[in-house]
Amino acid sequence: MRERAVLVLEDGTTYHGYAFGHRGKSVGEVVFNTAQTGYQEILTDPSYNGQIVVMTYPHQGNYGVNVFDMESNRPWVRGFVAREFSKYTAGPRAQQSLEEFMRDTGVIGLEGIDTRALVRKIREGGVMKGVIAHATHFGSPSYRFTPEDIAALREEARKWTDIDGRDMTPEVSTPLPYQFPTFKGQRRVVVMDFGIKHAQMRYMAELGFELIVVPGKTSPAQIMALEPHGLFVSNGPGDPSMPRYAHETLWKLMGLLPTFGICLGHQLLGLAAGGRTFKLKFGHRGANHPVKNLLTGKIEITSQNHGYAVDPDTLKDFKPTHINLNDGTLEGMAHLRYPVFSVQYHPEACPGPHDSIYLFHRFLEEVDAFNGLTGMPVEKQRVGGLGI
Amino acid sequence: MPARTDLKKIMIIGSGPITIGQAAEFDYSGTQAVKALRSVGYQVVLVNSNPATIMTDPELAEGTYLEPLTVEFLEKIIAAERPDALLPTLGGQTALNLSMALYEQGILEKYGVELIGANAAAIKKGEDREEFQRAMLKIGVDVPRGKMVHSLEEGLAFAREVTGYPVVVRPSFTLGGTGGGIAENEAEFVEILTRGLSLSPTHSALVEESIVGWKEYELEVMRDKNDTVVIITSIENVDPMGVHTGDSITVAPAQTLSDVEYQKMRDAAIAIIREIGVETGGSNIQFAIDPRSGRMIVIEMNPRVSRSSALASKATGFPIAKIAALLAVGYTLDEIPNDITQKTPASFEPTIDYVVTKIPRFAFEKFSTLPNTNPGGFSDRLGTQMKSVGEVMAIGRTFKESFGKALRSLEADVRAEFSGLTTEELEARLYPNPTRIYAVLELLRRGAPVDRLYEKTRIEPWFLTQLKEVVEAEHDLETEPHRLEDLEDWRYVKGLGLSDARVGELLGVSEAAARKQRLAAGCRPVYKTVDTCAAEFEAYTPYHYSTYELEDEVRQTAKPKVVILGSGPIRIGQGVEFDYATVHAVWALRAAGYETIMVNSNPETVSTDYDTADRLYFEPLTLEDVLNLAEHEKPIGAIATLGGQTPLKLARKLAEAGVPLLGTSWEAIHKAEDRAEFNQLCAALGIPQPKGAVARTPEEALKLAEALGYPLMVRPSYVLGGRAMQVVRNPEELRWYLSGIYAALAERPSILLDQYLENALELDVDALCDGERVVVAGIMEHIERAGVHSGDSATILPPISLTPEQLETVKAYTRKLALAVGVKGLINVQYAIKDGAVYILEANPRASRTVPFVSKAIGHPLAKYAALIAVGRTLEELGFTEDPTPGFYSVKEVLIPWLKFPGVIPVLGPEMRSTGESMGIDTDPYLAYYRAELGVGQRLPLSGKVRFIEAEQLKPDWEAAGFAVSEEDYDLLIALTPHPELRRAVESGKPFITTLEGARWSLEAILRARNSSLPVRSLQAWHNPQKPAP
Repeated sequence: MRERAVLVLEDGTTYHGYAFGHRGKSVGEVVFNTAQTGYQEILTDPSYNGQIVVMTYPHQGNYGVNVFDMESNRPWVRGFVAREFSKYTAGPRAQQSLEEFMRDTGVIGLEGIDTRALVRKIREGGVMKGVIAHATHFGSPSYRFTPEDIAALREEARKWTDIDGRDMTPEVSTPLPYQFPTFKGQRRVVVMDFGIKHAQMRYMAELGFELIVVPGKTSPAQIMALEPHGLFVSNGPGDPSMPRYAHETLWKLMGLLPTFGICLGHQLLGLAAGGRTFKLKFGHRGANHPVKNLLTGKIEITSQNHGYAVDPDTLKDFKPTHINLNDGTLEGMAHLRYPVFSVQYHPEACPGPHDSIYLFHRFLEEVDAFNGLTGMPVEKQRVGGLGI
Repeated sequence: MPARTDLKKIMIIGSGPITIGQAAEFDYSGTQAVKALRSVGYQVVLVNSNPATIMTDPELAEGTYLEPLTVEFLEKIIAAERPDALLPTLGGQTALNLSMALYEQGILEKYGVELIGANAAAIKKGEDREEFQRAMLKIGVDVPRGKMVHSLEEGLAFAREVTGYPVVVRPSFTLGGTGGGIAENEAEFVEILTRGLSLSPTHSALVEESIVGWKEYELEVMRDKNDTVVIITSIENVDPMGVHTGDSITVAPAQTLSDVEYQKMRDAAIAIIREIGVETGGSNIQFAIDPRSGRMIVIEMNPRVSRSSALASKATGFPIAKIAALLAVGYTLDEIPNDITQKTPASFEPTIDYVVTKIPRFAFEKFSTLPNTNPGGFSDRLGTQMKSVGEVMAIGRTFKESFGKALRSLEADVRAEFSGLTTEELEARLYPNPTRIYAVLELLRRGAPVDRLYEKTRIEPWFLTQLKEVVEAEHDLETEPHRLEDLEDWRYVKGLGLSDARVGELLGVSEAAARKQRLAAGCRPVYKTVDTCAAEFEAYTPYHYSTYELEDEVRQTAKPKVVILGSGPIRIGQGVEFDYATVHAVWALRAAGYETIMVNSNPETVSTDYDTADRLYFEPLTLEDVLNLAEHEKPIGAIATLGGQTPLKLARKLAEAGVPLLGTSWEAIHKAEDRAEFNQLCAALGIPQPKGAVARTPEEALKLAEALGYPLMVRPSYVLGGRAMQVVRNPEELRWYLSGIYAALAERPSILLDQYLENALELDVDALCDGERVVVAGIMEHIERAGVHSGDSATILPPISLTPEQLETVKAYTRKLALAVGVKGLINVQYAIKDGAVYILEANPRASRTVPFVSKAIGHPLAKYAALIAVGRTLEELGFTEDPTPGFYSVKEVLIPWLKFPGVIPVLGPEMRSTGESMGIDTDPYLAYYRAELGVGQRLPLSGKVRFIEAEQLKPDWEAAGFAVSEEDYDLLIALTPHPELRRAVESGKPFITTLEGARWSLEAILRARNSSLPVRSLQAWHNPQKPAP
C-alpha cells in the first residue's frame, strides 16, 4: 500500500499523489523547473529557500546523489514534486539514493500527480502558495484525506506569509566571513553571500581568484577593509527589494571595485543603481533559455532560476547587455562608466549548459584591468573533487 | 538578416529505394526541407529514384527527377537544371556520398554549384575514421584506445599495456571487415590477430579496446552560421554498445546521466561540431560511457540529418530537417520561430515532460529460411551492422508507460511463445537478438534478479528495474484482481503502459470485458501535447499523446473530423507506400474542409510530422488506442483502407464498436478477403479463377491436392505478406511443406491450395470505384513470372505483352468485381494470363503498395481521390472518368537488402523480401527498365564478361550481343539456381540476375542503352510535355 499525499494550492486546487522522502507537511511557494537533469543541484540551491519545486521532467532520482553535486551544504526547497521518483539508483557517481537523501535532510516529497497539469496551472495563474501533506502527518500511512483536511490545508496555504515582504537571504547567507578553500592568489575577491551556489565559487577559484566570502549584511567599510581587487554579488532567494541594506552597500561601493553580480546579485545591483524590479508571473527556472549577448550578437543557452527581474526601462547608469529571447526580459547589464556588470541567469550552470562561463573570464579581465594586474599569469588550479 | 539572395535554385538528393538503414526518415527529412525552402522563395530540384516517397510528388518541388542516383545521372540533371547550390545532408548516406563524388569529380565546380549545409572538408572529417579520431584528440575528446599494428608482437604489447581484454581486431583493407573479431583473451587474440594480419593486404590491423557493453548515448546537435549551437535531445540506448543504434531500443531523453555527465557530453558535442566544421544544420554524435568508471568516449558523428534526427524531431516537436534547410540558406536559429510556441525562437533547447521509447522492427523470418553460405547458417545475432527494417515510437509520461505503448505498437507480440520456454531456453535468448527484450521480461516474471540479467545483457539496471516494477504490478493483478477497484487503481495500472488486453489476461477476462470494467471505473486516457518546452509556454501545435492522468489538453472544434489510420512500423510488405497513401488522404481531406486526424506510431514518416494533419496523435495502432481516440474525438468516421494491413485488420472491430468506416465498408473488405465468399462472387460474375480448395488439416490437404493436381501454390489461410507460401510439384513436396513450414505455425490455420499457373504472366491492377463507376487507373505487367511475389517482381506500366482483347477483359473483370464487392475507393486486383486466358488470383479492396508508383506513372493522385470518394465525392466530381493511357513507360524495380543478411543466397520466391523500389521512366520500355535497374543499384554492364550458372540456354544471345562468356571473373552473373556464387556477387557489389525474364529484359535493355544517351526529364515535364525545358 503506497502512502497517499496531497498538494493543495491556495486557490483550492488539489493534486492527489503519493508520499516520498521525509514524511510530514510543508508549505511554500510552488514553482516549476524545466531542467531534465540536475535535481541535486536544484535541491541544494539556496535560491529555492521558501519554495516547493515541481520538476517538469517526470523521472527524478534516477542517478542518485553524491557529495560532488551539492550546491550548498543542504537542500533548501520546502518540498519536491515529480511525476515519479526512481526506486533504483544508477551510475558510478551515485553515493546515495535520492529517497535516502531526502529523508536524511528532511525534504518532503510528492509523486504520482499530473505535474504537467500543475505546471499549466502555474503558467496560467502565476506562482501560488501551496501545502504538501503526507497521510502519516494525519495519523498513519493508510490515512485517507477528507474534504475538511483539504479545506484546512488550503487555508494554511492561503495564510502563509513567510515569503512575501521578507528578506529571505539571511537564512541562507554565511553567518561569518570565511575564505573559500583555495590557494591565496593575487586577485582577491570579496564574495557577498546571499545564498551562493558553490559552483560560482568553484569557477572563480579555478581561475585563480582568492575568495573571501562574507555575509550579505557586511558593510561597505568592512568589505573595503579586506582590500579586495574585486567584488562578487551572489545569487539568493526571495524578493530583491527586501534586503535594503544590500542596495545601500552596493550603491556605496559602485565604482570602487570591479563588480560581478549573478541572479539576485544582478537584481541588487539594479536596485542599488536606482532601478526597479518586478515579479514575473511564474519565473524562469530551467536550463534551456536562449539569451542573446547584445555586445557580441551570440546566443547562449542558459541556466535560470529567478522569480523577479530588473525592469530595463528603469535602469539608471546601466545599459542592457543580455536579453532573454523567449520573453524579451533583461538578462544582463553593464555599468556605463564602471567595470560593474551582472547577469540574471546562471553562468556557473550546475545544473545547465556551460555556454556562459566566459563571464567569469570577463570578470578576471575586469579585475586585472582595474588593478593593473594585466599580464600577470593566471594561477589556474584544480579544485579537487568538485566535479567540474 | 535575410536569407541568401545569391541562391535561387537548390538541388536536394533523396536516399533512393528504402533499404535497411535508409528508410522513410529521409522522405520525412527531404519533404520538410523542400517545403521549407519553397516557403521562403527558393526553387527546388529534387532527385530520387524512389517513387513511393512523398518528396517525389510533382507538386512538391519545381523539378522532380525519378532517375537513378548515380553521378552520371546527377550530372545530367545538374547540366539541365543548373542549380546554384546542392544541399547534401538530407538524403542519408546515399546523398552524402553522391555529393562528395560530385565534388571530388569536379562536377560541382564545373557547373558552379555550391555545397551548402556542410562543405566537403567537414563531411570528410566527420566521415573518415582516422581524420575524425585525429580531430577528437586535438580538441581533447576521448576516443576508443587503438593502434594500427603490423606484427603480432606489436599487437600483444598494445593489448597487454593499454586495452586489456576483450579487445577488437580490425584488419586493414579486407572486404566487409573480413578476418576481424573480438578476442576475449590472449589466446584468442593471438589467433585472430595472426589471421587478420595475414588476410590484410598491408599486413596491418587496428587493435582497439572493446567497448561492447558500455552505455550508449546520442546527442542531436544543430548549429547556425553565427555559431549558435543547440542540443535538440539526448537519446539513451537500452541495448548497450555492440548493437547498432538503429537495432537498439532507445529512449529520449537520456535517463541515467547526472547533469555533470550530461553537460560534459554536451560540451564535447559542441566542440566536435565546431572542430569538424559543420557550418549549419544538424549532426548526430554518438558517445559511449564505461559503466564502471564513467569514462566517456565519442564513437562517431554523422554530419547530416539521420534516422536519429527524425526520431529526435518526433520526440521533441523540433523539426530538425526543416530548420537545417533554413539554416543552410543563411537563416539563424533566432530568426526562425518555434512553430509550436509561435512566440519563442528556435534558438533554444527543447525540454520534454514525457518519455519517448523507440523499438526497432525486424524481418529476419523473411531471410532465415533461404539457402545460406555461412557454415553456421542464418544467425539472428545483432551486431554493429543495422538489420532492422522499421521502428515504432511511443510517448508516455513515464518510461514504463512509453515502453508498454511502444511494445504494443510493434504488432509482433511473442509473449505467449516465450512463456512456453524453459528458464534455460530463455537465458539462452539473452544475447543480442530481435526478441531479447521478451526473454528479459519473461525471466523477470519468473523472478530473475536484475543483477543477473544485467550481467547477461549489460542493459542498464535502471531500465531492468523499471521493467521489473511493471512485472510486479502484473503479478499483483493476477494474484489479487480485486485490488483493481477504483479510478486511482486503474490509472496506476494503465499508467504502467499495460494494455486492456494484458489487464484482461491477468484478470482472466477478455479485452472487451477489461475495457468495460475500466470505463465503468471512469478511467479514460487524457491527451497531452508535445510542445518542446514542458508546458512553459502555450503550444499551438496539435501534436498529442495519451496518458492516464488528470488534465486533457485537446481543444475541441466544431469542424467535421476524419480519422486517418496510419500504417505503423515499416516492415517488408508494408512500406513507405502506405504512408504516402495516408498522407495524401490527409492533404485531400484538409483541402476539402475536413479536420484531419492522423494516428500513427512510426517516427520515420511524413504522416507523423505535426505539419501534415490538423491533429497528430502519436499512438499505437491497436483497437484499444484507436477506440479511445475515436471516443475522444468523435469523428464522422475513420479511413482504414489506405494504411495497409495494420489499420485494415482493425476495420471490423472498429465498425462493430460503432466507429463509422469511411469508404469501402468492412463487409465489402470481407467479401474480397474471405476465400469462400470471393470464390462464390467470382463464379457468379463469370471471372475465371485457378482451381483451388481449402483444407482444414494436413491430411485433408494431401487428399484435396490429388483432386486438384500439381503443381500447387500452398499457403496458410491467414498469414500476411505471402509468408510461408510455397509452390509444390508433387505429394512429397507437399508433405515436406506440411511437416516443416506449416507445422511450425502455432495457430494451425486452414491450408489454401491453388492450382499453380506455371509460367503465367501476372498483372497487378489498381482501380478506383465510387460505387457507380470504375476507373482502371493502372495495369502493371510483372516482368518476373508467376511464382515470384508480386511485391518482389519488376513491373511495367502500361503492359507490353497483352493483346487489346486481354486488356479489355482485364478491365471488364475489374469493373465488374469492384462494383460487385461494393468498393468505395481503391481496389487492387491480381491476374494471371496463361495460354491466352485471364484468371483472377486475388483482390484487395484497399490501397496497394503500387498506388504511389501508378499515381506517378499516370499523373493522377489516386490516394487523394480515394480519400475524397470515402467522404462521398464521385469520380465524375473528381474529373477522373477515363482509364488513363500514359504516353510513356514506367518500370518499377525492387530492392532487396541481401547484403545485410550474412551468407544468404539471393533468390526470388513467393515470399516478399524487398524493402524498397525504384522507378524508371522512358518512352522505350526497355530503357525504362534499364533506368529502374540502375535505380536499385543493379549496374547492368553494356559490355564485358558474363558468367552463366545453370543458364546455358542464354549464352548464345549474350554472345551474339558481344558479351564474353566467363567461368571465373565476370561483370554480370546470371544464375538460375541458388548458387553460392550469387552471394559473392552480392558481397562484391556485382550485378546479378536470377530469372529468365530478368535476363531477357536486361539484355534487351543493354542493347538499347548502348544506343541511347539516356536523357533526363523531370516528372513535371513527362506529365506536361508543353512545359518548357528548364
